[in-house]
Amino acid sequence: MSTWNDPPGGFHPVSMPDYLPRKQLAAIQLQRLQSVVTRAFVRVPLFRSRMEERKLTPASIGSLSDIAKLPFTVKADLRDTYPFGLFASPMEEIVRLHASSGTTGKPIVVAYTQADLDVWTEVMVRSFAACGLHRGDVIQNAYGYGLFTGGLGAHYGAEALGATVIPISGGNTERQLMVMADFGVTALCCTPSYFLHLLESAKEMRIDFSRLRVGVFGAEPWSDSMRDRIQQESGIRAHDIYGLSEIIGPGVGVECSHQHGLHVFEDHFYPEIIDPETGDVLPDGAEGELVLTTLSKQAMPMIRYRTRDVTSIMAEPCECGRTLRRIRRIGRRSDDMFIIRGVNVFPSQVETALLRVEGTLPHYHIVLTREKGLDQMEVKVEVTPEVFSDEIRKLEALQHQLEASIENILGLRVKVTLVQPRSLARSEGKAKRVTDQRNV
Amino acid sequence: MKLKQLSLFLENRPGQLRGPCETLGKAGIDLLTMTLADTAQFGILRFIVADPERAKKALEAEGMVVSTTEVVPIQVDNRPGGLAAVLASIEEAGLGVEYMYDFAARVTPDKAVIIFRFEDPDRALAALKSAGVRILTSEELLGE
Repeated sequence: MSTWNDPPGGFHPVSMPDYLPRKQLAAIQLQRLQSVVTRAFVRVPLFRSRMEERKLTPASIGSLSDIAKLPFTVKADLRDTYPFGLFASPMEEIVRLHASSGTTGKPIVVAYTQADLDVWTEVMVRSFAACGLHRGDVIQNAYGYGLFTGGLGAHYGAEALGATVIPISGGNTERQLMVMADFGVTALCCTPSYFLHLLESAKEMRIDFSRLRVGVFGAEPWSDSMRDRIQQESGIRAHDIYGLSEIIGPGVGVECSHQHGLHVFEDHFYPEIIDPETGDVLPDGAEGELVLTTLSKQAMPMIRYRTRDVTSIMAEPCECGRTLRRIRRIGRRSDDMFIIRGVNVFPSQVETALLRVEGTLPHYHIVLTREKGLDQMEVKVEVTPEVFSDEIRKLEALQHQLEASIENILGLRVKVTLVQPRSLARSEGKAKRVTDQRNV
Repeated sequence: MKLKQLSLFLENRPGQLRGPCETLGKAGIDLLTMTLADTAQFGILRFIVADPERAKKALEAEGMVVSTTEVVPIQVDNRPGGLAAVLASIEEAGLGVEYMYDFAARVTPDKAVIIFRFEDPDRALAALKSAGVRILTSEELLGE
């Protein structure tokens, strides 16, 4: 029997809201915004007191633009109220807790009611559908299962899509590759840096994964040039997926087949771009910090949550027909930014510079040191068979070429060190790109 | 005869040489000669073995980057001025030398073997043969 999402070109009915007329979408957004603000006001003391300080009540939200009156929520609020202080549902209604690994001190805890999980599954189905996946696909889910939202979020979404899920979780590269080849895997979920690692190992082990068609890559910023390289080398379509635990997990936004910006599931997550200094809302197209409001979350509504991710909103219609606005790929997190000799640097800029030099794979690591009071930046780059030469002057020329490419983008003179292949640590989750050894 | 030389990228820090040598040892591959070129930051280990294909595979299996280069083994009289005589022929033929090093495993006591890397190995081979310079075959050198 044929069903709605049979390939090819199947359409999943759950994707309907992707195509809502903007006016209708705005009406849904306003109604949901008013209801979530009321819920947070009534049930979350921190939010209520901040509203009252500003002499606001839920009735102050008469239009979508009134959202700008509301106070921001920041990551520290989640830490300060650890573990359950921002919950808006009693434990009897909460069916799942996740937590993010806190790099400093306590983790951040997030909660879901059954309705929240249903929304999460829905946006993940819509995400997979936008990546061109459907019933019949075999999805290897290499996001970590556990407290991290990536694993379970992708899992339930893939099942609800009707695809076959392999809940392999992260790690154990050899097993990943064996399963990929033997089970005829057509789609893979993991971080882009882990995929590069898999690709490298597959070559070495001569493993054929020609059935792999789609990669759903997220949980860390990556650049367009990195995507081009991945697609060229592997022959798959690599889609960027965006999300964060504080909002729901993966599934806040995703790239469609046009791979030009990520559609935000605006009927559930309301995006704004602000000037990170002043907090002012910026117009569509302007670059700034992404702020998200959960429009339908029950257990833990997030009102104007500052993501620290830098992007801009693309309001122009997408060729795919979705009416959902897009955000530009996030190549930069304010959290990842470091300042060296007064210049703001994002690891993704270094990545882009390295990829401009032919034959270099983006296995790199940035080390910051301070020598005689002056900040130094060293970029370690692995030598690949493609660039290795028997002649010293050619290797030195490569080194200078890489340095020049970085200087070109950053306006900073940095030292490039060529290192042996596979000498830099490979991550099975989010890649760690910077080691800061300055004692600031 | 041109000879296949293997080159290996090494970082310039202690212990880097040991890994590849152990790998070759485990694979039962004998290093016939080797030389290390180094800069402040990295080094290139160049070496010759009887079975370069197998050595390359063994090293690559350990994740090392190996390249193959064609070099020319030239016989030199083992006496003062022996090398100078050969170099004179090289200069007269207008050949560019990238680098050169001694072949450690002696073939005969009164002759030495120097490994040359030329910009253009094929042209060098032809020019040196006509100049009467003795170029060894891999059988002579590798004892096959």
